[in-house]
Amino acid sequence: MNAHVHDVVMTVNGEETRATVDARKTLVDFLRDDAALTGSHIGCEHGVCGACSVRVDGAVVRGCLMLAVQCDGARVETIEGVADTDEITDLQEAFIARNALQCGYCTPGMLLTAQELLAAGGVPSREQIRVHLSGNYCRCTGYQAIVDAVEAVAKARHSAQGTR
Amino acid sequence: MKPAPFAYAKARSVAHAIELLANDDARLLAGGQSLIATLNMRLSHPSLLVDINGVGGLDEISSNDGHIQIGALVRHAQAERSAELGRRAPLIALAMPHIGHPAIRNRGTIGGSVAFADPAAELPACVLALGGELTIAGPQGSRVVKADDFFKGLFETALTTHDVLTSIRIPAAGAQTRVGFAEFARRHGDYAMVGLAASARADGKRLRDLRLAYFGVGSTPVRAHHAEPALADGDIDAAVRALAQDLNPPDDVQASGAVKIHLAGVLLRRVARQLDRALS
Repeated sequence: MNAHVHDVVMTVNGEETRATVDARKTLVDFLRDDAALTGSHIGCEHGVCGACSVRVDGAVVRGCLMLAVQCDGARVETIEGVADTDEITDLQEAFIARNALQCGYCTPGMLLTAQELLAAGGVPSREQIRVHLSGNYCRCTGYQAIVDAVEAVAKARHSAQGTR
Repeated sequence: MKPAPFAYAKARSVAHAIELLANDDARLLAGGQSLIATLNMRLSHPSLLVDINGVGGLDEISSNDGHIQIGALVRHAQAERSAELGRRAPLIALAMPHIGHPAIRNRGTIGGSVAFADPAAELPACVLALGGELTIAGPQGSRVVKADDFFKGLFETALTTHDVLTSIRIPAAGAQTRVGFAEFARRHGDYAMVGLAASARADGKRLRDLRLAYFGVGSTPVRAHHAEPALADGDIDAAVRALAQDLNPPDDVQASGAVKIHLAGVLLRRVARQLDRALS
């Protein structure tokens, strides 16, 4: 079917979501406008800034560089869902403790991207953390505090694993 | 900005994709990490997007007959994690972390990078340095094009708008294989100002079948045909001098042509040191 409008079914933060979407609607626009999930932000709309980061089938992607229609059958997770599951509570607390955010615009994308690195296990070096976050722009913090927070959580999770 | 309206169809197979691409102004959608950005900026306004992400069999990495075959839909992150590519396609493995950012690599595809043929992109130069071959399916059947003949001009390749790039085939690395990769970019993950991908076969103190492919220096990846024999003979200074004959980079927003020639020489010295080392 070569249509401009498509019916899609996807899982958004664990809930089955049915919608009729314009083919041209990006995933992040769908999440914000149709699913009322405004935690994913829109910055540059061409894949540079990382503010729209979401997870699709477990992998962090740019919400502005995927179409909603492409997510038919996919498992989509936004910052709202990931925060609700407790998966990143320690990371959120570390961001607050170290002032790793000011305006908060980049924070949802930063958290999801950092969590992807942390979930790979081990304690990444500060350089590895910087490289992994290089596609997420922050205009407030100067990044030091963000790297501090991610590093602190990596170390804490690693030592917690060791004592278990 | 938001894209102009377009229709969307999900291809069920390569043959179905080719059928859909017969429509006027249809564009193939793979990873979409360049295409959707250009749609958002309205630099591109196709009437139909043909999404091949659901087509089976295009996302496999296999080896046979001394070659590695990489399906066009293999994502960068999948290639980065592949132990087989790390072992048997070390040049691709070296280049992979330089491509975009993790979220881009989670979605972007190897075939998409090669087919889009951005002149500053890493993978087209790697495929050229390796003397790879591209398998293309089209309305008249399937054909194989050598990397030397594939890159035609700025964002222009041997692909027509009715074709689908299905796989990339490169020689598998052996004990004598030597590779090197280096680039200058202002920030990690940006397109390179200048970059170099190289492959060769060690033969005593000499390098055989040396191929140097620069990117970010012209409208396509560029072989350094004069520097290659000089470097193969072990004369790095002559090789660096020869780059003035091989490359004619235009000035761009990042650097003047003269600066790019200078950087190309710096990269050649770095890559020459990598080529001297056996693969671990």
